[in-house]
Amino acid sequence: MRSAPKPRSKYYMSRTSNADLNLANLPPPGLVSIIHRISGALLFFPAIPILLYVLQSSLTSEEGFQHWKQFFAMPLVKLVVIGFVWLYAHHFYAGIRYLLLDMHIGIAKEPARSSAVVVLVLGLVTAALIGWCLW
Amino acid sequence: MVKAYTKTPVGAHYGLGAWLMQRLTAVVMAVYTIFMVAYVIWCTPQGYADWKAMFSGHFIRLFTMLFIVSLLYHAWVGVRDIVMDYMKATAVRLTAQSLVGAALVFYLIWSVSILWGR
Repeated sequence: MRSAPKPRSKYYMSRTSNADLNLANLPPPGLVSIIHRISGALLFFPAIPILLYVLQSSLTSEEGFQHWKQFFAMPLVKLVVIGFVWLYAHHFYAGIRYLLLDMHIGIAKEPARSSAVVVLVLGLVTAALIGWCLW
Repeated sequence: MVKAYTKTPVGAHYGLGAWLMQRLTAVVMAVYTIFMVAYVIWCTPQGYADWKAMFSGHFIRLFTMLFIVSLLYHAWVGVRDIVMDYMKATAVRLTAQSLVGAALVFYLIWSVSILWGR
């Protein structure tokens, strides 16, 4: 015997599909947004204290400078640096997109979607370009 | 005579100031970033002497300090947004905000000592 359909099951389905937390299923503007947030958090910590420490010890003495020069020449360190360059570049381009959106430029669905794709691509291209210069 | 109550009864509205400052500081940091990329491309600082000379110039020191102050204020607004979104328990949220605020004040003093304390 078939049981009667559950009430509000269609509503329930739409609610669960809205709660999809898989980042790969996000539309481009959502992806730009969550990476903007995650990159912001990672730039606050650990990037700020590390950068200040490197700036301090590389300016204080010649030995300190040479120490960091050798440290940043290691391939694994270079990869991490390129990763942080990408975080900074994405945060930079996404921020400019938000400034434009705040001024009501490109707020319709289609331009907002294409500008999000541009931000994602520009972030990766910048990271690749600076990575190529560092290598 | 009864005076009309004209004050908006909800919110302190300091959020608007924080929102605006987050954008102003973003513009300052964007200009600094473009400037620094251009500086490195044109002047190509090489060894320790160039590096030290670069951060001895008055303009770069002041511009760097302006960047750092903007960065710290920007980080305060942004991290506070994240903390308010995910930390629902008041005690946890206020503890996190206090630690972040203390760290930012420490970074500010540290930056001044790096740029001028040598």
